[in-house]
Formats: sequence, structure tokens, C-alpha cells
Amino acid sequence: MSLLEVKDLKVAYGGIRAVRGIDLAIDEGELVCLIGANGAGKSSVLKGLMGLVHHGGEVRFAGARLNGLPTHAIAAKGMALVPEGRGIFARLSVAENLDMGAYTRRDAGQVRLDLNRVYDLFPRLAERRAQLAGTLSGGEQQMLALGRAIMAKPRLMLLDEPSMGLAPLVVRKIYRTIVDIASEGATILLVEQNANLALQVSRRGYVMESGSVALTGASQVLAADPMVKAAYLGE
Amino acid sequence: MDIFIQQLVNGLVLGSIYALVALGYTMVYGILELINFAHGEVTMIGAMIALAVIGALLGAYPQAPALLVLLAGVLAAIPACMALGYVIERVAYRPLRRAPRLAPLITAIGVSIVLQNAAMLIWGRSYISFPPILPHGSHTVLGAVVTDLQIVIVALSILIMFGLTLLVERTRLGRAMRATAQSREMAELMGVNVNTVISITFIIGSALAAIAGVMVSAYYGLAHYYMGFMLGLKAFSAAVLGGIGNLAGAMLGGLLLGVIEALGAGYIGDLTGGFLGSNYQDVFAFLALILVLVFRPTGLLGERVAQRA
Repeated sequence: MSLLEVKDLKVAYGGIRAVRGIDLAIDEGELVCLIGANGAGKSSVLKGLMGLVHHGGEVRFAGARLNGLPTHAIAAKGMALVPEGRGIFARLSVAENLDMGAYTRRDAGQVRLDLNRVYDLFPRLAERRAQLAGTLSGGEQQMLALGRAIMAKPRLMLLDEPSMGLAPLVVRKIYRTIVDIASEGATILLVEQNANLALQVSRRGYVMESGSVALTGASQVLAADPMVKAAYLGE
Repeated sequence: MDIFIQQLVNGLVLGSIYALVALGYTMVYGILELINFAHGEVTMIGAMIALAVIGALLGAYPQAPALLVLLAGVLAAIPACMALGYVIERVAYRPLRRAPRLAPLITAIGVSIVLQNAAMLIWGRSYISFPPILPHGSHTVLGAVVTDLQIVIVALSILIMFGLTLLVERTRLGRAMRATAQSREMAELMGVNVNTVISITFIIGSALAAIAGVMVSAYYGLAHYYMGFMLGLKAFSAAVLGGIGNLAGAMLGGLLLGVIEALGAGYIGDLTGGFLGSNYQDVFAFLALILVLVFRPTGLLGERVAQRA
């Protein structure tokens, strides 16, 4: 049984159907990407999974049904979302943001080790730990958002457009970190508009088009698919 | 000079009471962007309950030690107000969480009217005087008379404000409160039960209101079903003066408002050649509020609204 099993997920805003019934399955330890054009419904899938938007269909996580649970309970079950736009707490310090990531954890000793790990991954955050997070640059904020998710030690990490609006050098740093934590066994669902990047680092992928899954398969296969190439890889 | 120092002392005492009440307004506003206009009434209920308990105890045991009776009154008022604050949020505000902002505001005024009338029905329309169980010593400092009661009020207020600051700045709960104030959705995503945090915020604010209610009725020696209105308005002004949503701002605003008011009351007769008396003291508090709103709309310590990630 997969860690995450989604059946016929539907999300609608008023009359607009953003997600029109999709199935997803993610196994423990996988890095899976969800790609598609702007407005294809990728972010809505993540919001549905976290219970941030009302949704139809069924979401099962580690064997338990998540439907109807409040967001904080879903987070406590071990799902962490790094939202589009990062969602850091601008008026908390860097260190406090990271503490918030570990909010539901009770294993203080392990939390301290994870904090050191985050500071090792992102020395910039260590340098600025006492600074208000709102004073960080965009790239540093993305590092903080990712670090905060690491602090949650989630069973499944949902990343929404981690490359958006960042300089190429920063994107490379962020993606290297994503690959690192994935190789250490983290399970990640990566949502990206930058299909090229996402397909390079992931094992499997889903391609969304106007609210439905148009295509799914191994990332290498998807990257070679003529339709994907034409529509998302700019070839 | 004597009158200046005397009014400064009086203003600080009054101001520390305003500050305690202002904290309740500002904490709720910080998290919900809601002005809980019923908060002044919670203060009044606190005073009424404390006086009822004190009165009953003194009736049953006339020889009971004054301090013990006073303490019993305060310790009854605090949990009662905490429960009241919790219920107000659950019943009057939570169902309107997604409603347009005007709806909870109107509800808040409604709650305030309900509480006033309930208090009037229970405790009557007349002033209730505070039994003579308060410390009544006094000292002369720099030509000003400082009573023991004033010292207790100020010391206790400072202690409470210090404790609250520690709670908000240094604890896990405080961090969750600040995170919730910045983004409810992100706090939920971190695993914070935002509804619980909001309830706790109301409960803490109401506990402070209960203490402030007892203080103000002890200070003036009176309680009345309508006393929460003006006190609430002043405290709200203090919160705005300091920058609503900001804890330090509420404390500063409260103290400042108290001092402005006391000095105004002390000098208004001289300033107007005897035309206006000290009963016009409220003018100064609200005049100060208007000036701040004109020249610094975010309040003295208010953050500029821009940087929200």
C-alpha cells in the first residue's frame, strides 16, 4: 500500500472546477513530480491534500482517511507543505520560523539535531538565525521555508513551485538540497512549472492539464514524450 | 510642581489599569483583526463578580481577614471572566469568522449591550460601593501622596505585563500565537490548532480584564453596570494610540493615556481660566487619540503594514 493514495480528488472554487477528479499514489521514499502549465490545478491538488480547500474524492495517508480533518491535524499526521510564495512568518526570527516547523514534535533531542542539520544545509540561515525572516532575500526565504519543512520531519513533503522567482544559482542550491533529502529517504511530491528541472530530479511524474492528469509515468519516459517535450520542455 | 507629580502618579495608576484592558483588545485584534467591543463589559463583569463574592463573604464572616476576602473576590472573578471570554468567542464571533468584517463588529456591540443589561438585571442600577477592606496606608513622595492601593495596582500591573510578555515572546504557545497573528493558514500548516489559539487569546485577555475590573472598582471605590463602557473605550483608544496589535504598544498607550488624562484633569481649570472643570478630563484622552491618528495612523509603535510574506 502506498503512503499517499488519492482517488478521484476534486477541488472547485465556486463554480470553477480546478481539479476534476485525479488519482495519485506515492510510495514511501519516492520523489514524484506533478507538472503542468499555470492554472492546470497543481496547487489546488496540494491544498486539497492539506485540507486547506474543500474537496471531493478520497485521500488516504499512511492508511488513514484524511477527508474532513482540519489542516493542523493533517500536518500533525506528518504531511508538510511548502507553499507557493514560501509562507514564512515575516515577523518571527529565522530560528523561530524553524521552531514553528517542529511545532507538533515532542522529541526535543532529535529536533535539536535536525536544527543543526538545517543550519548545515543552509549556513546562511545559521548566520541570520536571530534576524526577522521578513528581512531575508527571496532565495533565503525559500531556504527557510524548506528548512522549516525539514524541521517538521514529515512523512510526506509537498513542495509547491520551489524554483519560482529565484535566481538560477539559488534554484540550483534549493534543488540540490531537495535531491539530498530525497536520497536520505524523504518522500516528496514536487509541484513545478519548470518541468525540465522537475523531471530531472524525480523518479516518476504526473502531467496535469486543465484539472486532470493527462499523462503519468517514469520521469525519463515523460521527458522523452513528444507531447511533453512540445508543451512543457520548449523543444 | 506638587500638583504635577501628584497627577503624574495618579495618571500612572490609571494608565496601568488601561494598559491591562488595552492588552485584551490588542491581542484579539492582532490575531483576528476584530475589535472585541464587549471587552470593556468583561471588565465590568469581573468587578461585579468580585464585589458580589466579597460582599457575600463579609456578610457571612464579618471578621474574616480583609486580604483573604479580597483575594477570594479576585480569584472568583478571574475564572468567571475567562469562561465568559471563551463563550463570547465561541458563540458570537466564531460563527462569523468568514463573514464580512462589519458583521462581527456589530455582534460585538450586541454582546456588549447584552452583558450590560444582564449585569443591570442581576446587580441593579445603582452604584455598588467597594467594602472598606482595601489597604489604606499612604506615603508622601516628592510632595505627592501615594497610597498603598496605588502601589499595589501599579506593581501588580507591571508584574502581569512582564509575565504576559514572557509568555508571548518565550514560550511555544506564545510563538504559536504570534505565528497565528501573521498567517492563520500557515500556522495551521505548521500543526497549530488555530481555533485553540484564538480561544486561549480570549481567555488570557479576559483574565487581565477581570483583574483590571477589580482594580478600577477598588481605585474609585465603586462599581456599576455601565462602568465597562467608558473604561473599554479608553482602553481601546490606548491600544490604538500605541499601535493596535502590538503588545508593547498597548502597554505604552495605556500608561500614556492615563498620564495625559490625569495631567489634563489637573490643569484644565488653569488652562481655561476656570471655564472647564476636571470632569472634562476625557477630552484629553480622545484628543490625544485623534492627534496620533492624524499624524501617525499606525499608532506610536504600530508596524507599517507593508511587509507580509
